[in-house]
Amino acid sequence: MEKTIFGYVWRFSRRQQITMTIMSAASLPFLYLFYEVPKTIINEAIQGIGVEYPLNLGEKMTVSIFGVDIPLLGPFDLIIDQAPYLFILCAVFLLLVGVNQGFKYVINVYKGLTGERMLRRLRFELYGRVLRFPLPTFKKMSQGEIIPMITAEVEPLGGFIGDAFSLPAFQGGYLATILAFLFLQDWRMAAAAVSLYPLQLWLIPKLQRKVNLLGKERVARVRRLSDKIGETVQGVQEAHAHDTSNFILTNFADQLFWIYGVRERIYRQKFVIKFLNNSIQQLGPFAFYAIGGYFVIEGQLEIGTLVAAIAAHKDLAAPWKELLNYYQMQADASIKYDQVVSQFGPAGMRGPDYQLIEPDDLSPLSGELTATNLTLNDDQDAPVVDGISLRLELDKRYAIVGSGGSGKEELTLLLARLLDPDNGNLNLGGNDAAILSEAVTGRRIAHVGASAFVFAGSIADNLFLGLKHRPLAPADYDDAGAKQRATYVDEARRSGNIEYDLHADWIDYAAAGVDDAAALRQSGLAALKRIGMDEEVYQFGLRGIIDPTVRTDLAVAILRARAGLRQHMADDPALLDLVEGFDGAAYNMNASVGENLMFGNPVGDTFDVEHLAEHPYVLDVLEQVGLTEQFLSVGFQVASTMVELFADLPPDHELFQQFSFISADELPDIQALLQRSDRANLAALPDEDRGQLMSLPFKLIPARHRLGLVDDDLQAKVLEARRYFAANLPEDLAKSVEFFDADKYNASANIQDNILFGKVAYGQAQAADRVGVLISQVVEELGLHETVAEVGLSFEVGIAGSRLSTAQRQKLALARALVKRPDILIMSETTASLDSATQAGIMEALLADFDGRCLIWSVQRTSMASGFDEVLVMRQGRLMERGSFAELSESNEYVKEMLASE
Amino acid sequence: MSLNEEVELLRSIPLFANIEPSKLKLLAFTSERLAFQEGQSLFHQGDIGDAAYLVVDGTADVVIEGPDGNKITVAQIGRNAFVGEIAILCDVPRTATITATSKLDTLRVSKDLFFRLVNEFPTMAVEIMRELAHRQEQSNLQLTQANQRIRELENRAG
Repeated sequence: MEKTIFGYVWRFSRRQQITMTIMSAASLPFLYLFYEVPKTIINEAIQGIGVEYPLNLGEKMTVSIFGVDIPLLGPFDLIIDQAPYLFILCAVFLLLVGVNQGFKYVINVYKGLTGERMLRRLRFELYGRVLRFPLPTFKKMSQGEIIPMITAEVEPLGGFIGDAFSLPAFQGGYLATILAFLFLQDWRMAAAAVSLYPLQLWLIPKLQRKVNLLGKERVARVRRLSDKIGETVQGVQEAHAHDTSNFILTNFADQLFWIYGVRERIYRQKFVIKFLNNSIQQLGPFAFYAIGGYFVIEGQLEIGTLVAAIAAHKDLAAPWKELLNYYQMQADASIKYDQVVSQFGPAGMRGPDYQLIEPDDLSPLSGELTATNLTLNDDQDAPVVDGISLRLELDKRYAIVGSGGSGKEELTLLLARLLDPDNGNLNLGGNDAAILSEAVTGRRIAHVGASAFVFAGSIADNLFLGLKHRPLAPADYDDAGAKQRATYVDEARRSGNIEYDLHADWIDYAAAGVDDAAALRQSGLAALKRIGMDEEVYQFGLRGIIDPTVRTDLAVAILRARAGLRQHMADDPALLDLVEGFDGAAYNMNASVGENLMFGNPVGDTFDVEHLAEHPYVLDVLEQVGLTEQFLSVGFQVASTMVELFADLPPDHELFQQFSFISADELPDIQALLQRSDRANLAALPDEDRGQLMSLPFKLIPARHRLGLVDDDLQAKVLEARRYFAANLPEDLAKSVEFFDADKYNASANIQDNILFGKVAYGQAQAADRVGVLISQVVEELGLHETVAEVGLSFEVGIAGSRLSTAQRQKLALARALVKRPDILIMSETTASLDSATQAGIMEALLADFDGRCLIWSVQRTSMASGFDEVLVMRQGRLMERGSFAELSESNEYVKEMLASE
Repeated sequence: MSLNEEVELLRSIPLFANIEPSKLKLLAFTSERLAFQEGQSLFHQGDIGDAAYLVVDGTADVVIEGPDGNKITVAQIGRNAFVGEIAILCDVPRTATITATSKLDTLRVSKDLFFRLVNEFPTMAVEIMRELAHRQEQSNLQLTQANQRIRELENRAG
């Protein structure tokens, strides 16, 4: 990248900078007129000084240049009186206001856009560099440092870039014009006016340099601060586990203190500069009054000249101040640019072509992988991989064994070309790996480490990530969309960004060996099955929500499954008690009173089950069917029971959270409420108390809580309320609830609940498990298993896959590697975090899968190497021996030792 | 059956007989009512114990499997039986398998809950001690009787 910000700005926005300078210059005459016209209005039009009325405007508007008269209004006579002349001049003034503001608007917008485009270019460039950093760079540079550099630190540069050339050109020109004018008038006075400028030019940069150094320090410290924050977020669990929050806070406060200190010094220095600047500026008038005044008294100078000089000096002040401000601003921007750019060029960074260029030849790798004298040093220059030479056939399966520090992990990274060797060569099927582009290594080779990363998005997004290299099929756009896309491309070009379309189809179906998206999903599920994750994805699918208007066929099939489940239950009396189905005419004992009343799923927060008692419509329904009194009474009884049961327990007791309807904090309030209320006259309670009591019955689930409060009469009334609720639901609330309908797919419920269409009964042994088995059976019978699993592919995995378990993330990463069908699959203790049964399953599946392909697996336990074609033994960075597992486990003492210790 | 009936039932168990009704109510409320079909097992011998069961209604077999794999039904239990408490008190694996021989209605008291209540209410702990001591005494008595019987048999044989 360019060494200085000016170099960068000049290289990428030369035309815009020149345009801006020209525009600024063009605005200058109008600005001059804008100040000139009011003078004319007062002097000529109002006071009538130097003009006689009526006035010939045609004659007045004639300027004489080099003795030639040029009539600006044409060769006409236009005789007007004083008042019209005033109005004409005022109209001109108004016009000038418009023109000046127009100039300002256009220049500012143009400046802003130029700055933003340059900022976009800079950010893109920096981000692209991060992607090309050699991996060891990230050991020294944390994300906490990288993020603010690309986001906050370069932000002010955008503003500066707009001014980078035009401001000094414009203000400098302005200053020069006034100076020239002054010198023409009286050279002595002019010299006096600028006599202190050299002092400023000498002093200010000197002081500014100090501020710059402080500025650098501040940037570095703030960067460290964000690094600390990032670290805390990542390690917050440890902070809790070891009660180190005070230590961490103190550490943070310490950093803040130092930042404050730097800031303080910056402020002091900065305002010293301002102070000196302004003082020096005021020395000008001082000199005029003292020296000029003396000359006037002595009769060597005319008073008029002195006054003119003072006025001119005042005019000089504005552009001079602008220039000094600009100087400080550019110093600041230069530091920021230097500080950022110096961090983004680590040694060993790969060139942009390495990632951007699509090679012509992407044929599969075949033949041999040869490494010659492959060496990798750690940051203390000790060899981690020490001169390894080997030859591997690309149709065999290899296990690498060795202890933790044997260099086997680093060897897999070198073979996958994720690390560059410090010495030695790697040749992949006849190609020198050092010059192979990432398009070859990243598609023909797959590497999965011990803790692979999963990106936020769906399972499918992650599973098919390894197929997204270039947009392959353009997205379909309507006219408006195509127009927007054209703008996008245009803007991307203007700021040197990548022009690819995010919404195009990026998936390389051919690489996965399929023709279309449907076949790809099948292939993805097959890969998940080999890794043993198919059942989990099926479960995600069951809990998935689909849009029945889009997936009509699936919704219909799920309704068939619903019927199938009912049939099974009808056929087998043992199953009958497991689920209590939703029946519009019957009270559901396994659902809460609130659910029974609403008889539907809340959509959005309006009818949130927790706050049902607060909704005016719900309260109105209760009132209409005469349930208010009863709810109050039941609420009173619930409250009494809760107080009776829980009053003796300490407030932090777990039983509160698990079982109580009332939280420990509320219990004293409720106790007081019960004491002051009269059971026979609950209606007389104040609204707040009533609200508290009313909310309790909604949560009652008769089959679970067994309080005996939901009797037949209450059930009948709730059913009545259910009918009333549905029948009188206002138009604006209609979208807030989706009613249970036996013949309709419920879009707000997940697939499992749609099949179930009811509640799993409380109090039946292993009910949930048995229902799960039953649902699976029904799904299987209808041939829906795969379809449901496909829905599971759209399960959102959360930030960095946080909604998946460690084992699931690892399995997903492995399946991702399989989907792209690599010629060489390189694994490094990939299955170490999985349980042994899963490990064995994956091992078996992969060994079968890669029979005749190349599998290089650095295993965490030596005994795992038994099924491979050949075993490589690594020790202290060297390749100790290679051979079959049977031979090595007989003859190699080191292998025997490792086997014995497992 | 409602909470109050369950409380009455708990009261008829010697272990809980002397505990205040309000505590029993809490125990009943925080316990899970669980029904088993005929042939379903409450737990299996060797499992880790996580709960004790109070039989509310129905019958079940207590089966012990010997080291040779022989299964012996050692007892039949019915209404009011409290089973599975040994495994949760002493942290030993289940000593027997209990299988429902009819539709079986139980109250499941989880280990956590049971211990929490014992911790919370010393009266309950005392009651349990009393009950266990009582059982110990019974066992001793039975052991003495058995020893006596063996001696008699030996004498007869000698």
